[in-house]
Amino acid sequence: MSKRLVITGLGATTPIGGDVPTLWTNALAGTPGARTLEYDWVEKYQLPVTFAAEVAVEPAEVLSRPETKRMDRSTQLGMVASREAWADAGFGSANPEEGGVDPLRFAVSFATGIGGVWTLLNAWDTLREKGPRRVMPMTVPMLMPNGAAGAISLAFGARAGARTSVSACASGVESLVLAMDLLRSGQVDVVLAGGTEGSIHPLPLAAFGNMQALSRRNDDPAAASRPYDVDRDGFVMGEGAGVLVIETEEHAAARGARVYAELAGGAVTADAHHITAPDPEGLGATRAINQALASASAAPTDVTHVNAHATSTPKGDIPEYTAMKAAFGEHTDSICVSATKSQTGHLLGAAGAVESVLTVKALADRKAPVTINLDNQDPEIPLDVVTGTPRELGDGDQVAICSSFGFGGHNAVAAFRTV
Amino acid sequence: MADKNEILAGLAEIVEEETGLEADEVQLEKSFTEDLDIDSISMMTIVVNAEEKFDVKIPDEEVKNLSTVGDAVNYIANAQG
Repeated sequence: MSKRLVITGLGATTPIGGDVPTLWTNALAGTPGARTLEYDWVEKYQLPVTFAAEVAVEPAEVLSRPETKRMDRSTQLGMVASREAWADAGFGSANPEEGGVDPLRFAVSFATGIGGVWTLLNAWDTLREKGPRRVMPMTVPMLMPNGAAGAISLAFGARAGARTSVSACASGVESLVLAMDLLRSGQVDVVLAGGTEGSIHPLPLAAFGNMQALSRRNDDPAAASRPYDVDRDGFVMGEGAGVLVIETEEHAAARGARVYAELAGGAVTADAHHITAPDPEGLGATRAINQALASASAAPTDVTHVNAHATSTPKGDIPEYTAMKAAFGEHTDSICVSATKSQTGHLLGAAGAVESVLTVKALADRKAPVTINLDNQDPEIPLDVVTGTPRELGDGDQVAICSSFGFGGHNAVAAFRTV
Repeated sequence: MADKNEILAGLAEIVEEETGLEADEVQLEKSFTEDLDIDSISMMTIVVNAEEKFDVKIPDEEVKNLSTVGDAVNYIANAQG
């Protein structure tokens, strides 16, 4: 019998809210997060895509000035969300022992898709324009992909490891699966888990744009992210971070913590099909769903809600449906699906973390958030998509899953259960 | 060319920017490591910024000799010659 794991704290900073309460209110209402980018570099480089989903609250408004200077944007966003989650879990102090946590049994599991890309490219500009002496000594600890995990473990005194999952857009959910493994193995009592991304920089915009992965709806950013719609033409680059504090049930009970939901299971698989294209039959994604349910000791028919990966690319949205049909069979029709990237844009390595926060809130409040911009649903994807108003999930034990898939053939699925 | 008071004020601004310490805590007799709790990476950042601000060169091997704020102010004043 594996240990029961519970979620006791949530944090997020996103394009539709700088904290979880704002994110949740806006996600229920249906709020487009994408806006035209107001930077001179958009014009200077003649970028083919001129909009993105930037965070609603700049991290520099929340962090101190020296913190901002010593952390890459991705780490700043991760830190903001981590502080919210840690406080939300009822740990008043950054000192884990004061909150009754053994630092040697407390780990960080944090994800990013790209890491400190702003720091890397700014340093490269400095090198070329001003020479090597002007390259800041903090460049390496700021650009490294484990920078956020390291900074967060330092900030909260987590000494049982500061791990980094890097699996492109599957990273955020993969960090939760790793957290689950650490907790179930008995090595730790508490994990601060999540993901972050801060890469709305001209180079990734140009590169993703040239892959034909990004929406070109420059004249109407709010309508650009439209998963499952027949007129979807690519994803919208987003930024932000999501964090979950996960504990063993015993540990949470001993300190009388408020519990949102159970982290019931999770799984990670790889397609080994193509470096960027998903397996058209969705076999890897199907295995991830099946294994996550098995790990949760849940039957497919227990699942009532899915927060889908659904990025709004013409090809990507279909194999996920194929995988759901394979995993859930006829029960697929009874599952309400939320494609929240329609609101937040695609937060890459943070996507699965923010969407897991939304999935947990959906179970805790028994309400599924809405999908916007679904004007004409693609007949090839006949899912029951939540649009217009939030869907009441009703009473009783329920399981919800959050799926994320990433370049590299990565599939990650987390399963949550009501408490 | 800046006089020593101007160098101190400029250096204090750089230290404040890097560490968050109030500029008026950056006084001549203060030790960078003991009093201001500045680690080696921050010290190098301060040095690089000071080189740019005062248009001087502070070789890496000199940095370990700059134990107090006054040492740095003197070094920069002399380097400006």
